[in-house]
Amino acid sequence: MQRHLISAADLTRDDAVLILDTAEEMARVADRPIKKLPTLRGRTIVNLFFEDSTRTRISFEAAEKRLSADVINFTAKGSSVSKGESLKDTAQTLEAMGVDAVVIRHGASGAPYRLATSGWIDAAVINAGDGTHQHPTQALLDAFTMRRRLVGRDAGIGRDLSGKRITIVGDILHSRVARSNVDLLHTLGAEVTLVAPPTLVPVGVETWPCEVAYDLDSTLAKSDAVMMLRVQRERMNAAFFPTEREYSRRYGLDGDRMARMPEHAIVMHPGPMVRGMEITAEVADSDRCTVVEQVANGVSIRMAVLYLLLGGNEPAVSHTRIEEK
Amino acid sequence: MSKILIRGAKVLGGEPQNVLIDGSVIEAVGTEISDEAAEGAEVVDAAGKVLLPGLVDLHTHLREPGREDSETVLTGTRAAASGGYTAVFAMANTFPVADTAGVVEQVYRLGQQHGYCDVQPIGAVTVGLEGRKLAELGAMHESAAGVTVFSDDGKCVDDAVIMRRALEYVKAFGGVVAQHAQEPRLTEGAQMNEGVVSAELGLGGWPAVAEESIIARDVLLAEHVGSRVHICHLSTAGSVEIVRWAKSRGIDVTAEVTPHHLLLTDELVRSYNPVYKVNPPLRTQRDVLALREALADGTIDIVATDHAPHPHEDKDCEWAAAAMGMVGLETALSVVQETMVDTGLLDWAGVAERMSFKPAEIGQAKGHGRPVSAGEPANLMLVDTEYRGSVDPAGFASRSRNTPYEGRELPGRVTHTWLRGKATLVDGKLT
Ligand SMILES: [Zn+2]
Repeated sequence: MQRHLISAADLTRDDAVLILDTAEEMARVADRPIKKLPTLRGRTIVNLFFEDSTRTRISFEAAEKRLSADVINFTAKGSSVSKGESLKDTAQTLEAMGVDAVVIRHGASGAPYRLATSGWIDAAVINAGDGTHQHPTQALLDAFTMRRRLVGRDAGIGRDLSGKRITIVGDILHSRVARSNVDLLHTLGAEVTLVAPPTLVPVGVETWPCEVAYDLDSTLAKSDAVMMLRVQRERMNAAFFPTEREYSRRYGLDGDRMARMPEHAIVMHPGPMVRGMEITAEVADSDRCTVVEQVANGVSIRMAVLYLLLGGNEPAVSHTRIEEK
Repeated sequence: MSKILIRGAKVLGGEPQNVLIDGSVIEAVGTEISDEAAEGAEVVDAAGKVLLPGLVDLHTHLREPGREDSETVLTGTRAAASGGYTAVFAMANTFPVADTAGVVEQVYRLGQQHGYCDVQPIGAVTVGLEGRKLAELGAMHESAAGVTVFSDDGKCVDDAVIMRRALEYVKAFGGVVAQHAQEPRLTEGAQMNEGVVSAELGLGGWPAVAEESIIARDVLLAEHVGSRVHICHLSTAGSVEIVRWAKSRGIDVTAEVTPHHLLLTDELVRSYNPVYKVNPPLRTQRDVLALREALADGTIDIVATDHAPHPHEDKDCEWAAAAMGMVGLETALSVVQETMVDTGLLDWAGVAERMSFKPAEIGQAKGHGRPVSAGEPANLMLVDTEYRGSVDPAGFASRSRNTPYEGRELPGRVTHTWLRGKATLVDGKLT
């Protein structure tokens, strides 16, 4: 494992499988009455959020606390962070406080990379979403969810997603979730198809390790998982598509479309869902939809990542070792 | 001592000759200069070095007035002298904007006062660079600064009617409009070249077509009104094709390329290091090769630095928050040597053409870009083309250090510069 987690593209197959396996171990902790491990006792982790995301922050915070780390939440939103210096200034303040890891969420693509490589700080840096670039723990929790559902909870240990066909639908252009998932799912052996109107596919996508299609219906029957991305309503005003209705008609997932997916296939969404636009209530509430599991899995994945980045030299958490601790 | 004998220099890269300067003019050039003529002259041993006319930069940002923390006319012209320049054209995007006779005269006078390099101010095309109302182009031309080049650089004159009027209006006094070609709607939120790398990095794309569509429009406007237009920092292979087509059609268009667009590509942005953030953005290797070829065959007329100094804190931050631009005066010739001369695309006479004769002609810089021959103003520079060394920004004369070449090995070193016979740089040191 590297010292930082900035991009899903930085993970090898073995790194990724190790994280998923470790997350399975971590998930078992959640099933116990006392959901806490002493693993990161005495370590200080800062959740540095320049961009609002209660869901992601709470998920990281829960993971940190279950590992007994000391947690500091720093929310820069509201304070005037228009000048770029603030990232550096903040980093140096945290460095002076002897922080061991920084979980950073930032509106600017590349900010976590800058933080990790500019010599401003020594701590491990974990990217919790940067601009339209990457959100690697989201991709890991998605892969974890897929492995559990499509390969099996115990059967999945040590395995990747070879041969699985994943369709990602929606605003690819502005989506760090899509970028992270394409990288990680490819590394894990899955075949990815991106589906979106051409206006929401980035120029240059042809070099990505995936297929691109403009027609959702033709991809459904051969998908093991369909991941719906959030489409922000303001994209309509910027003429990425004509109307909300037309978008829903062509790219929304409703009951009819879900019925055309294979029986075992799941529906995923990084949340929060805008019901009616990209996904109907019928689909969102069906038991094929994994949104709630994804949230729970997020904590296990983040525990695994923090443990592996900060837990010292031990390669992985074996089942027994966790029990001993 | 008013006489200087430059001995054994390869004038424009040719056979070694001696050049005798008397006062502010070249007195003689030849293989033999009589002892009598050279008597009492200070002798500069230039064996092995190449002598060129003083370089002329049609595109410099000196930042004064308004951003003296980045650069001043003094520090900028010292940087220019270090790079072998004897004249620079100072862009109008200062605070206040150079859109009146008062501001351009001030900048012009500061250049004369300091004496390192002639500063020829560029006037804004529109009031406050706002693109709505023509600035007093005639008054700036008639001022002591004698402005001949007009540009809203930093911003594009995107309104087709304003651009047309500006092109027509400057015909009255032989001026030229220098366009920063950037369609503003196509580049909203743009952070880097739009393509494979931007798709991966999730940075807002600056598509080539945003430059090319404006160039296409402007050459057609220039043709329609019978005026001349100059294209600033052309950066894409497609732009080259449009300019080539326009020239073949007889349209009076000239174009410049920056050294960094001849050398660097958008792959460097993968580092998210804002030192590579520049406008127009670094493009692809294919573009770089097309630009080199176009500069070699004359489709692109000149090299201009777009020297854009910024203080450290404006670059030591995350990419999106960083200022756009690179300093370039002190490394320009080295980059041109690496990309054009050492690759065999251009000889030194070709470099003189593109970095001195032609920019002086486009900007009508009097006394600059003249032949190295008797009776001409002694605006000259010497370059040690055999030198190899890595770039150390700590030694820059520019107040800012935002160079993309820190630690990079580049060939060539400017050792001497003379402005009207007065040495501004001797053995690589400013006077
Ligand atoms: Zn410009």
